[in-house]
Amino acid sequence: MMATRLLPATVVGLILLFLVLPIVVVMVVSFSSATYLTFPPPAFGLKWYEAYFSSADWLRPTWLSIWVAAVVVVLSTVLGTLAALGISRLPNALRVVVAGLVLSPLIVPGIVVAIGIYYAFSRYGLVGSPIGLILAHTCLSVPFVVTSVSASLAGIDPRLGHAALSLGATPRATFFQVTLPLIRPGVLVGALFAFIHSFDELIVALFISGSGAVTLPRRMWDDLRFQIDPTIAAVSTLTIVLTAALMWGAHLLRKHAERQLTKMG
Amino acid sequence: MTRDWSRAPPAMMPLLLVAPLVVFMLAFYALPVVAMLMRSVSDPVWSVANYAALPEDVVFLKTFSNTFYTSLIVTVATLLMAYPVALALVRAPRWAPLILVLILLPFWTSVLVRSYAWMVLMGRHGLINEALTAAGLLERPLRILNTPLATQIAMTHILLPYMILPIANALRQIDPSLLRASSGLGAPPWRTFMQVTLPLSMPGVAAGVLLVFVLALGFYITPAMVGGPREITLSMLIAQQVDHLNWAYAATLSAVLLATSLALIGICYRLPGVGNAFRMNVR
Repeated sequence: MMATRLLPATVVGLILLFLVLPIVVVMVVSFSSATYLTFPPPAFGLKWYEAYFSSADWLRPTWLSIWVAAVVVVLSTVLGTLAALGISRLPNALRVVVAGLVLSPLIVPGIVVAIGIYYAFSRYGLVGSPIGLILAHTCLSVPFVVTSVSASLAGIDPRLGHAALSLGATPRATFFQVTLPLIRPGVLVGALFAFIHSFDELIVALFISGSGAVTLPRRMWDDLRFQIDPTIAAVSTLTIVLTAALMWGAHLLRKHAERQLTKMG
Repeated sequence: MTRDWSRAPPAMMPLLLVAPLVVFMLAFYALPVVAMLMRSVSDPVWSVANYAALPEDVVFLKTFSNTFYTSLIVTVATLLMAYPVALALVRAPRWAPLILVLILLPFWTSVLVRSYAWMVLMGRHGLINEALTAAGLLERPLRILNTPLATQIAMTHILLPYMILPIANALRQIDPSLLRASSGLGAPPWRTFMQVTLPLSMPGVAAGVLLVFVLALGFYITPAMVGGPREITLSMLIAQQVDHLNWAYAATLSAVLLATSLALIGICYRLPGVGNAFRMNVR
């Protein structure tokens, strides 16, 4: 009896170990005191974090990535939320076309998107500029906003809107006082996803960031070509912690929203 | 505001709402990609010669089959590893929160960071080599980094959550009374698994297989980082051609990659249950 339960548990345990081990190893290496990459580290220290925080070569791309992602969040949240509100009410045939266009970045291979954007943007001087990155990242991040807001909208009882309208609220008041508060968690989750997607995006950045708009992932990529010193492990650990915190926030928000919806229904 | 847009005729409202995003995406995403793809039929002259040359193009054939083979290996490996984990996630509620965290933490980490992690693990002095040498299993370090095996391992790691989540969703939807009925009627656990659980989880399996295979076909960062220059994938060949400004060839290869992905999704989408399961899992 013990063996029949222990064997599957061991198999699952080993697979889960395979999943987390690489992440754990990067985190451990980031606290290494060695000047080269070795595992296990001979001793521990904050050397590589100091190297990161005292290097303009690392901090400049970090700030660029953060502010590009921040602008992308604003653009993709506004455009994506408006579109999600419209898509559900479009006539059938048109809805399929619009949803197909808007969601296609999720399945079109990254390299195809990247070289297409590079091909067009290089003609309009958008290569090597943060503006080019913002425009491209917005297109790639917006599907996360649209899917997240659409899911929230699908969970809303349409009678709530009808009730507001029949009680004399204007369509605008209905939107701002009924619909928007109900979809707010979906909008926030979409915004968090958009931020992370832009912050982590590499393939498009490889082609269009040039030398004038080097993002953090691009800087890491360039560094890996020449050396693998543990500074990258420190940067990686910081980004793992940042994205895990944001995603955990999104996860809790979504759970919270689901609970509220079931309470109402 | 001079004109109140909320007073537009009701039929126009949805159009006005989607218009800004549609125009934005056409301008900065769809038309650029289409313009690039057009180079495959317009360069050097308007013809389908670029495509007609592919069946005799040795580099293309080798790269395409290598990409397909890699995706196949990764799909099989993720499927074999994902099923037990998905089953544990659904059937062991006490452990589910921990299992979920262990799946999501790597899932939320960027592909670049995860590929870098595998460089650290598989390098000459990486954890794998050090551990095997220390255990006396190796005399000198194995060469794993910059081989096709490295690509397969790292891609399996990166795509595993995409297989686990749809299978777990399908398993969660199985009515527990069916399992009770099966064992109540005297079926041993393995028979309940083979004849009830496994068939009922097939939509999730198919969705996971489709998702992982299609994503694997387009992988670029991971094979470029850990796979080495010899066995390249279609994405790497495309990037190389762009570096050489060979747009006609890059566009032709891109069209083939895109068409293959879309065709696979189009075919599988029609299988019962798969469309739904797939839609639920494209985040």
